Amino acid sequence: MPLITYRKALNNALAEELLRDENVVIIGEEVAEYNGAYKVTEGLWRRFGSRRVVDTPISEAGFIGLGIGASMLGMRPVIELMFWSFAYVAFDQIINNAGCIRYMSGGLIHLPLVIRGPANGGTNVGATHSHTPENFIANTPGLKVVCPATAYDAKGLMKAAIRDNDPVCVMENTLLYGERWDVPEEEYLIPLGVADVKRSGTDVALIAHGRAVLTALKAADILARQHHIYAEVIDLRSIRPLDEEAVLNAIRKTHRAVLVDENRPFCAVSSQIAALIQERVFDELDAPVVRVCTLDAPAIYSPELEKRQLPTAERVVSKALSIC
Amino acid sequence: MNKTSVASKIQAEVDLQDFSKVSTNAALTSDQKVEFLRGMVRIRRFEQAALKYYNQGCMGGFLHLYIGQEAVAVGTSSLLHADDHIITAYRDHGHAIAVGMDMKECMAELFGKATGCSKGKGGSMHFFSPERHYWGGHGVVGGQTPLGLGIAYALKYKKVRGATLCFLGDGAVNQGTYHESLNLAGLWSLPVVYIIENNQYSMGTSVERSSTFRNCLAQRAEGYGIAWDTANGEDLYEVRAKTQGAIQRAHKDCRPTVLEVRTYRYYGHSVADANAKKYRSTEEIERHKNFHDPIRLWSKRLLDEAIVTGKLIDQIDEEAVREVESAVQFASGSPPPRETAIFEDIYYEVDHATQAGCSGTHFFR
Ligand SMILES: Cc1ncc(C[n+]2csc(CCOP(=O)(O)OP(=O)(O)O)c2C)c(N)n1
Repeated sequence: MPLITYRKALNNALAEELLRDENVVIIGEEVAEYNGAYKVTEGLWRRFGSRRVVDTPISEAGFIGLGIGASMLGMRPVIELMFWSFAYVAFDQIINNAGCIRYMSGGLIHLPLVIRGPANGGTNVGATHSHTPENFIANTPGLKVVCPATAYDAKGLMKAAIRDNDPVCVMENTLLYGERWDVPEEEYLIPLGVADVKRSGTDVALIAHGRAVLTALKAADILARQHHIYAEVIDLRSIRPLDEEAVLNAIRKTHRAVLVDENRPFCAVSSQIAALIQERVFDELDAPVVRVCTLDAPAIYSPELEKRQLPTAERVVSKALSIC
Repeated sequence: MNKTSVASKIQAEVDLQDFSKVSTNAALTSDQKVEFLRGMVRIRRFEQAALKYYNQGCMGGFLHLYIGQEAVAVGTSSLLHADDHIITAYRDHGHAIAVGMDMKECMAELFGKATGCSKGKGGSMHFFSPERHYWGGHGVVGGQTPLGLGIAYALKYKKVRGATLCFLGDGAVNQGTYHESLNLAGLWSLPVVYIIENNQYSMGTSVERSSTFRNCLAQRAEGYGIAWDTANGEDLYEVRAKTQGAIQRAHKDCRPTVLEVRTYRYYGHSVADANAKKYRSTEEIERHKNFHDPIRLWSKRLLDEAIVTGKLIDQIDEEAVREVESAVQFASGSPPPRETAIFEDIYYEVDHATQAGCSGTHFFR
């Protein structure tokens, strides 16, 4: 299997879907001639032309709304946000229109579109550019949200998202674009709503999504090598639909959980997971559920401090030790 | 062009042109003209009944009445071709009925019933009928404007010769989404027609208090390189003539237009300010009712043209009243949505036998 970057895996997914289905178009700021702010769309404009890969002015509400309208007539637009932080400018379109129209129309209309782009902190760009709004999106029934942690997942989930008949928000992680993983050349899809056991273990479950999965894996490594504690690492992959069974099974197996989450802790995705565990498998727990989240402040610029603001493997290890 | 000259230009147009002679109107048959009257009367009677039953507590939510604006919905929708589309804001009953939605399904929606056009899930502000190319009913001011743009974009992408009529109010022209839409429509040459229904008030705020450059809201389109025009919304002939030009521009040149139609609503913004006299005078409302009512004016025209008799007008009205009453009966006799419907129509896979739906991975409560 070739080792390719997360960025390239996404690029391949987009290219394959553009080729497969004429209704797929890519729309966003700098996606065409500039090759994408993060180069996810590199080469697509040259290959597919201006009809399929379309540069827009800076007007998130305008072009996201346009994508929603186009999907009403059967197109399958893939809208790129330069940063998910800028989604807030278009939240009316995303929440009220993409999220609610199917319901309010009594199922008469469905909206097959993807909104994608980089999310998360860690690049020292300050508070306004470091948001990770998967918890906001997941709070709206009608929207789906996925957070791929590896290049393999990124490709399979992106292709599934494009073929999905509902609006899917794909939150990529800026820090992962340059990382490499094995990705098969043949086509594959990863269904939305299926979590992945990234490492199996018996003593504690580390439950994460997005880049936090990699932090959890690093922590699992340390726990095994230095403490002989064997952690199971669950990658949620998709936040909504959420693979609840995968979470519950991990608790039934390990009886302990550390939730690792690059969201801030207040009303985060991990808040939901913690509630799920206590509602459904409370009796299985041998220790309280604990969390390692981004520290509860806007993203700090200071490169030294931002590293510490995000969940670190060390924090995960010490939380795990506190309950094992 | 400065503000006064725009105003005088509009005034001059109103005074000078007789729009019954333009080709799209000259070609009308008497039957068609009578149908327009029927169309307007049906909307008005529907709305009056909606108000009555709203006041009796049969409906929840807001009720934004379209009474006074009927010539706009009927005039514009009478020009739609097979590949044209419509989208509007929350004052949407008139457009819905004008595109041919059944009063029964509309009334049932107001009553929150399972038989409603949106299965009782949308309510007054969210009527939909994709089969009639009617894409809603949208509750957030200005939010529908980029959607209309997207529908036009899809038409152009699919190489379909069609237009999208996107309605908005005079208040909505101050929303950012509208301006983003205009920029994109001009930049990408999209076949969209923005129809500003200028009823002179956004809730309690008059145009004078909400807009700079208020003498002509449509003229703002010039800044985006978009053709614009104004029309007198009391006059069905004029509404049709101006809309026809805009639709042609969309069909032939694939270019957008902004058309501002001067109109008036007699009732409040919603039932919440039903008498609506806090922000305007009784005289103003009476003047509009007596001298500018589109149904009265159209009836008079048809009488002058000897197309109808007073008796036929009465008959059309009685039929509309009966139709509305049977819609009310249908609505009140219909069942509410089943409780399980709360969880239906959220995700596609839940309702359709897709692979994902069958494997259960998309299903969640
Ligand atoms: C974004 C947003 N802000 C405020 C409102 C509340 N609101 C609903 S209608 C309305 C007035 C809009 O007036 P206008 O666009 O002129 O349309 P009209 O009601 O006259 O048809 C307001 C303020 C809303 N629905 N959406």
